[in-house]
Amino acid sequence: MSRQTPFTLRHALAGVLAWGVGLPAGAAQAPPLEIPEIHGFLQAHGAARLGGVDCDPGTACDWPFNEQRLQLKAEGGGFEGTLGYAGKIDLLHDAALGESEVDIRELYADYNAERYTVRAGRQVITWGVADLLFINDTFPKDWTAFYGGLPLEYLKRGSDAVRLDLFPDFADVQLVLADFRPDRLPDRERFVLPGQAIQAGLDEPSGLEVGLRVSRYVGSWDGALYLSRTHYRAPALRQVGAGWQGGFPRLNAVGASLSGPLGSGVLSLEAGYYDSVDDRDGDDPAIENSQTRLLAGYSRQIGADTTLGVQGYVEWMHDHAAYRRTLPAGYSERDELRGVATLRLTRFEMHQTLRLSLFAFWGISEGDGYLIPSARYAFSDALWGEVGANLIVGDRSGQFGVLGDNDNVYMTLRYAF
Amino acid sequence: MKFLSSFLALTLAFVSAASVQAQPSADDIIARSLETFYYAGDDQRTRATMRLVNPQGKERRRVMTLLRKDLGGEGEQRYYIYFHEPADVKGTTFMVWKYPAREDDRWIFIPAIKLVRRIAADDKRSSFVGSDFTYEDVSGREVGDESHSLLDETDLDGRPVYRIESVPKAKVDYVRRLSWIDRERWVPLKEEYYDGRGELLRTFTADAVREVDGHWTVTQRTMRDAQSGHHTEVVYDEVGYGIGLEADLFSERYLQRPPRQWIR
Repeated sequence: MSRQTPFTLRHALAGVLAWGVGLPAGAAQAPPLEIPEIHGFLQAHGAARLGGVDCDPGTACDWPFNEQRLQLKAEGGGFEGTLGYAGKIDLLHDAALGESEVDIRELYADYNAERYTVRAGRQVITWGVADLLFINDTFPKDWTAFYGGLPLEYLKRGSDAVRLDLFPDFADVQLVLADFRPDRLPDRERFVLPGQAIQAGLDEPSGLEVGLRVSRYVGSWDGALYLSRTHYRAPALRQVGAGWQGGFPRLNAVGASLSGPLGSGVLSLEAGYYDSVDDRDGDDPAIENSQTRLLAGYSRQIGADTTLGVQGYVEWMHDHAAYRRTLPAGYSERDELRGVATLRLTRFEMHQTLRLSLFAFWGISEGDGYLIPSARYAFSDALWGEVGANLIVGDRSGQFGVLGDNDNVYMTLRYAF
Repeated sequence: MKFLSSFLALTLAFVSAASVQAQPSADDIIARSLETFYYAGDDQRTRATMRLVNPQGKERRRVMTLLRKDLGGEGEQRYYIYFHEPADVKGTTFMVWKYPAREDDRWIFIPAIKLVRRIAADDKRSSFVGSDFTYEDVSGREVGDESHSLLDETDLDGRPVYRIESVPKAKVDYVRRLSWIDRERWVPLKEEYYDGRGELLRTFTADAVREVDGHWTVTQRTMRDAQSGHHTEVVYDEVGYGIGLEADLFSERYLQRPPRQWIR
């Protein structure tokens, strides 16, 4: 469990650095390594729970989020751009849970050659063309931060990975080798969730995960193919004797995306097949069944400084009959087809110092929804503040609705330097 | 006979060339001005500082590097913009593939989430990063977007200029634009945009003009919003032409990893 500096990171870093030394010509004139540029921000974020909710004694009830963080960001390079490096470290004081921690968000080194690049270390990787729905982006995410209204960058967790990008003439090829990192899911320290709390030991997978992305321009369209040999990042729990045991089942994903101009807007299409390796027959109720996921999205400007984006998304559960047959009594049944529609409306005012935004998920098949209205104002280049809300509506058994006791209003203030 | 017709043709060509030189059409003047302003050299690198000043004098600053490359002679261009400041958006990059006869392709890279996103390009008249300049002001318009007429030849601050009136053919936020174009250097020295009621909307001024690598370049400019009192000033801190930018620089690869050779 305690693999803060995995072997991929250390070895690849050393390898990349050793490789770069003595390589480039013209390094004699300029100092080989630049002085790093240091930037960062101070940020305060708080979210207050709405509604009179009875919380468990161990749950941060009124203020599930109340944190202050200092982010320090250093980046630089050397040898005429052949080498690069970046680090982003958060010093976090979490007043809601009374904890402090150092969070290494990113820490990587780059080697840039003519026909390929290598990035090794903790890094954020984003794939796919969907907006806040994920098909081929199987990389780790932090849903706790997302439902708490933290800035969007906190939805993405870094992967401890070596990423190789090749640039042959016919396409861009990206190969990612990564250690497993789980998603951070809403837990009972901050969230009110139905059912009983379960204490389970979790076995994290060892061994490298592999991702491959091949992309190219097809006329005015961006096309990409994706392959992932990975694991589900949410644990599958099963009862073992009197206790519970959890693991992260194997997942293979294969998919494609396409985005390009349509009319005066942008059309995005994405599809993926999730092969649930450990439950191919679909009769293990603890493990997700295989799925096909499809998405179509369209975004366009609808007025001055105003953009509207809509998406339609379907998740088709395979072997639904086997799932139904083996579902333990008392569990609410999921539909074979789960449909979700989303809407994003963004408007800038006052020379783009004020951004008004609404993001809405509508669970068409499950009859629930999730609304995120927000307003962000830039007081200056350095200081912005945002107020917003996370509002869950509808059926409590839906995937959004299950968080129904966690409506909140939030406020973020950030001073960047 | 053949000789005579060639002679005639040659003479006519001379005569028409001479008359063009004496009195170029408004379209020719605008075309040459756009050529000078947006297409100088085969490529261009600029490091610019943009100051956004509100009516109370409060200032915001954008520092960026712009790379441009022209592809062929038909007006197809590629743009790449890297933001150095403010700190909160540092590393954000923006790429445009500009076509003469259809909507541009545009992408943005947001470094905080390592996200490359294609963005809708139907907003030529929208503000560029909150400034008083529009996207169109940054990457150019086409001669045929407006009908032009030459009002007169006059002087502006000691420079000989053509004064041109342009009326947009499609419905946009202005209905009339006046421009003062340098008769020798072909750069626009001043532009005024008017709305349907004849009210002044915006004023562009070229505050410094310099010859760089053989190209007359507006190295300092201001766009003033006459209605709100907000104005934006752009100063070129560094500018160069014909530096040998490769076409493959304008790709997703470099959107994600800015080319350090050019982005300094």
